[in-house]
Amino acid sequence: MNATTVETARGARVRVLEGGGDGAQPVLFLHGLAGLLDDHAFLDGLAERYHVFAPELPGYGDSTGEDLLEDMLDFSLHGWDVAEALGLAGRRPHLAGHSMGGMIAAEMACLAPGGIGRLVLVDPFGLWLDEHPIPDLFSFLPFQFADHLFHDPARAEGLLTGGMDFSDPEALKEFFVGNARRLGTAGKMLFPVPNRRLSKRLYRLTAATLVVWGESDQLIVPAYADRWAELLPRSSIARVAEAGHMVPYEQPEELARTVAGFLG
Amino acid sequence: MKFTWFNLMPWPYLPDDFREKHRSVWVDIPNTLYDPVRGHAVYHEYMDQLEFAESLGFDGIGVNEHHQNGYGLMPSPNIIAAGLARRTSSAAICVIGNSIALYNPPIRVAEEFAMLDVISGGRLVAGFPVGTPMDTNFCYGQIPALTRDKYREAHDLIVRAWASDEPFAFDGKYNQLRWVNLWPKPIQKPHPPVYIPGGGSVETWDFCIEHDYNYSYLSFGGYLAGKALLDGYWDRVAALGKDDSPYRAAFAQIIAVADTDAEAEKLYAEHILYFYNRCLRVYPGFADPPGYRTVRTIREGTLTLLRRENQALFQSVTWKDLVERGMVIAGSPQTVRQRMEELIKSLRVGHVFCLLHNGNQPDEKTRHSTRLFAEQVMPHLRDMWPEWSSDERWWIHPLESRVTPRPPAEPAEARA
Repeated sequence: MNATTVETARGARVRVLEGGGDGAQPVLFLHGLAGLLDDHAFLDGLAERYHVFAPELPGYGDSTGEDLLEDMLDFSLHGWDVAEALGLAGRRPHLAGHSMGGMIAAEMACLAPGGIGRLVLVDPFGLWLDEHPIPDLFSFLPFQFADHLFHDPARAEGLLTGGMDFSDPEALKEFFVGNARRLGTAGKMLFPVPNRRLSKRLYRLTAATLVVWGESDQLIVPAYADRWAELLPRSSIARVAEAGHMVPYEQPEELARTVAGFLG
Repeated sequence: MKFTWFNLMPWPYLPDDFREKHRSVWVDIPNTLYDPVRGHAVYHEYMDQLEFAESLGFDGIGVNEHHQNGYGLMPSPNIIAAGLARRTSSAAICVIGNSIALYNPPIRVAEEFAMLDVISGGRLVAGFPVGTPMDTNFCYGQIPALTRDKYREAHDLIVRAWASDEPFAFDGKYNQLRWVNLWPKPIQKPHPPVYIPGGGSVETWDFCIEHDYNYSYLSFGGYLAGKALLDGYWDRVAALGKDDSPYRAAFAQIIAVADTDAEAEKLYAEHILYFYNRCLRVYPGFADPPGYRTVRTIREGTLTLLRRENQALFQSVTWKDLVERGMVIAGSPQTVRQRMEELIKSLRVGHVFCLLHNGNQPDEKTRHSTRLFAEQVMPHLRDMWPEWSSDERWWIHPLESRVTPRPPAEPAEARA
């Protein structure tokens, strides 16, 4: 993956990981609430067949301009602004999103259903079921994320923290700054209840959609996959074993195969 | 010096094993621990104490707002303040305050504060806290990263509504009102003194200083731990070119007075330990949602909750710790007076919010401590800032001639 930076028409500066051949069909991948972690196996797998673009949301990593984005419409239009800045507008890229990125991708598809090829949603936020309340991740203590996000919490070791040494107070402060930016941004879409009424717009989402779910997702339980399938006009479900919420990091090869099988 | 008698209104019946059984006194505390029948007596006892404090010469009586909280039984402090406005006649009624980002629309606060100011004859001190994450975000659902922006807008709307003599349209990001036209308006012009309670956000300091509002540092960490923070505040006051009147700042302090130091421990230790060890048990996950604190504040390092010296707040503490660290000022009138002088001088504050009721402290002890403070401590502290003795910019300006509420019926009328 190569990193580049683009500036959107709104003025956000966005770091983008890019991989795969110029001639291949473009796929725009939107990361989840934890951001783009230092493990690109899934994106690498996808880049074997597609031209993959993975922008980092403002508030995450080196991307800036999060103060320009306040509500769901802002984030959805930002997604299209990034596609525009990457020269993807008009080329009907496939759209894939994980977790919070799935929520944004679904909103983007509802806004411009004719603007995309196919859509892949991996353990997406966006719906709410009273019988399966999503845990309040904004009240998690740092060490609780691994338990809720991973099938195998040991897999989270070092991945969520970027290998920081928390005994160093400055490193700890930097972690809190990063966390405040990342989850502060996520909170604009997900706090206090991660439901921005996407369900009433999903009738517009006429692109063929694959809903992928980690079978042991403890954050958004797999029952949500069925609700997505009910609401989406053209969808199918793929379930991934031995994966929690973090499917792209726990089963990257299988996910890449499944996605490629669907995108064709 | 101005002294305000403050009651947080804690629930005094948290069980002995509260700490072991429950993770938080706030947000998700089981509401089965609350008993409204006992609550009836608790409210009246606390309101009686506030009125008693006025009669002993305290300059102000203070209340505040918390939600889903076992140590703060005032989701609406304005209701308590309304009761106090009728049964008191001279003390400032300090509502510290209303979390203005939570009111939809915040014009409601402009109205209720105006009502309180009018009923009390111009005795209202109006507090505008940004609000704790527990109240603002977890109980009332405000988005952490947008809370400050919403707060600023609410502030601008309220202050403009108080000042304007004509209806105006307000096209805000969070509030759109075609007709803002306040009825009633406050007595105090252009508005009651504004106090901003804060916990150490850099932005809050600048906001207070720019608007000439009082900055009230409310913590239970005591004056020794508070010094670094107040020093930071005074540095900002100087940097922004304002005078250093001590009345720009207020500090809340837990106080307990008895005839001797030993007697103070005997009388009050268990109740103050109840406060620290049961009431201050807050689940850390509710204390700092990402986005609530700005990146600038985190970088400035004023993370009070993360400071080593404040970790004691989350652990079991002893009386000795509390007194030595200055979290509690307790002892004989002599001891309390000496430590209060230290507090006032070292923090450079003109206002002290005196927390003289603490935890599950019974009424008689509270009155005893309050009386000793009023009679044997307060008079000696009055003139700590002689060069600023005529500075009334941060205090109430009541009507000269105020109405005394008439009793419901004269005894003879009642019989007839």
